[in-house]
Amino acid sequence: MSSNRLAGIAKLALVVGSLQLGLVGLAHADTTILNVSYDPTRELYKEFNAAFAEKWRADTGETVTIQTSHGGSGKQARSVIDGLEADVVTLALEADIDAIARESGKIPADWKTRLDNNSSPYTSTIVFLVRKGNPKGIKDWGDLVREDVQVITPNPKTSGGARWNFLAAWAWARAANNGDDTKAQEYVTQLFKHVPVLDTGARGATTTFVQRGLGDVLLAWENEAYLSLEELGPDNFDIVTPSISIKAEPPVALVDGNVERKGTRKVAEAYLDYLYSDAGQKIAAKHYYRPFKPEAADPEDTARFKELKLVTINDFGGWKEAQPKFFGDGGIFDQIYRPGQ
Amino acid sequence: MAHDASSTLVTTATSETRLSRGILTAVALGFVLLFLLLPLATVFIEAFRKGPAEFFAALRDPETFSAIRLTLLVAGIAVPLNLVFGVAAAWAIAKFEFKGKAFLTTLIDLPFSVSPVISGLVFVLLFSSQSMLGPLLQSYDIQILFAVPGLVLATVFVTFPFVARELIPLMQEQGTADEEAALSLGATGWQTFWHVTLPNIKWGLLYGVLLCNARAMGEFGAVSVVSGHIRGQTNTMPLQVEILYNEYNFVAAFAVAALLALLALVTLVLKTALELRYSDEIAASRRH
Repeated sequence: MSSNRLAGIAKLALVVGSLQLGLVGLAHADTTILNVSYDPTRELYKEFNAAFAEKWRADTGETVTIQTSHGGSGKQARSVIDGLEADVVTLALEADIDAIARESGKIPADWKTRLDNNSSPYTSTIVFLVRKGNPKGIKDWGDLVREDVQVITPNPKTSGGARWNFLAAWAWARAANNGDDTKAQEYVTQLFKHVPVLDTGARGATTTFVQRGLGDVLLAWENEAYLSLEELGPDNFDIVTPSISIKAEPPVALVDGNVERKGTRKVAEAYLDYLYSDAGQKIAAKHYYRPFKPEAADPEDTARFKELKLVTINDFGGWKEAQPKFFGDGGIFDQIYRPGQ
Repeated sequence: MAHDASSTLVTTATSETRLSRGILTAVALGFVLLFLLLPLATVFIEAFRKGPAEFFAALRDPETFSAIRLTLLVAGIAVPLNLVFGVAAAWAIAKFEFKGKAFLTTLIDLPFSVSPVISGLVFVLLFSSQSMLGPLLQSYDIQILFAVPGLVLATVFVTFPFVARELIPLMQEQGTADEEAALSLGATGWQTFWHVTLPNIKWGLLYGVLLCNARAMGEFGAVSVVSGHIRGQTNTMPLQVEILYNEYNFVAAFAVAALLALLALVTLVLKTALELRYSDEIAASRRH
């Protein structure tokens, strides 16, 4: 075969290669900040980012592009520790931001006190998602351990959301038994005997319940429950709000180490402050997060949040105490849960 | 006696009844249908569930579009690099004798035997801000992890063996006689490679590049670890499929999946065409 033809092939390869490269445009020179968040906040931040960019342009005349990254909260924290250049983190658990502070030193240890409401501009809680019409008549935590009920919840060892589920169940049982922790442990032990499969994450558990049709009730974040209702059709599911649940506070923080280096402190701080503004609170409520200042949100949105008694992580001594006690190796969860029993 | 035996053999080899032949064929076809065609068809059916307009709208979404561009960019860098590395490695191994050759051959196979997730983690360990290199890179403002360089590195690593593995058996089979002849006639090393070796291996090479490209575009595990999942920035097509699926955006997820499947199909068609036309030359390299 002639070398001409070979040269032709080589040229063709070059042309194809450069075409592929040419498709990739150059990045903009505007300010860019990165918000590293957890899984279910996509819709929330999509709208919030657009609103903030507009506000920033109106206030300063500068254009800001906000990039987002979503994933499991713990995994996202790990990426920031490994060098993902987040300007702000908006994660599911305090412990994940603590981990960034501890391991990378890019966030000061007292981050939690820098913003209002323990740095949580919005909160959520754990509710029940049941099949349409609630055929099993599930009203409260007590119904979950009935003979004919199967419960879907992810594994508290791997999932942040599942830890809230576990503690919410515990809180109800403790209140129902006049503060008796032994009785509460008995209830939670029973509850996990009704769990046919433990997924590793909240989205996985939702898929198990919604797509695979397993179980009678899914323990879910309130915002996730409403979102799946919206995305997958209100004709298939109902939301049941129990009498007691736990107040989950997904915290936000500035990543000082990164904004100093990138020179984005001002805009990143404004971004977090805007979460607390009336406009930010309104957007949070619209996306099914309970706003820190309900009066700022649309009454229509806040009306969706049913009144219920909410305990907090402080009732369990804070995460520093609760995490090893309940979910550490050899902790209460390890003692009560034996697969297949 | 010998004649008898062979004729018996021949009869045995074709003595299945029509029925059993039919059953065997049906089983094989059924298997192909169930495990290959059905999933493939499902991808396309799901992608077009809400009509072609929705399908194309999904592909025009800025984040999805940027995922497509990023995949092309990463493959566009990784495949040429591995073309050069692969040819160089195969050339060295097949045409020369040197110490440590067996070791080098084993090394080339390493990416095949290591799980892609581990391959990705290796780069995290190397370049993360917790690593030895991390602070140094940061002081020069070089971003490798969670950016295009990291994605390219991971892809190059995972797809490294394809070209070399394709070429080594082919070049070994061809031996060094042609090259020796060229050299004895006064050709330089470069002339020998360009005019003698390359024409001999070109179809095997193209085949290797096709496989390499298919894997580069489809790689999930390794790039997932080093991506950082920044929307519209560091998500390649396979990562975008997962994200869209997790967000209940099934049509878009399957639309991107269909595009990936289409790339795979094109690769397959090209590969089959090559095989049909140049089966002898390629046959030498078909060991997997």
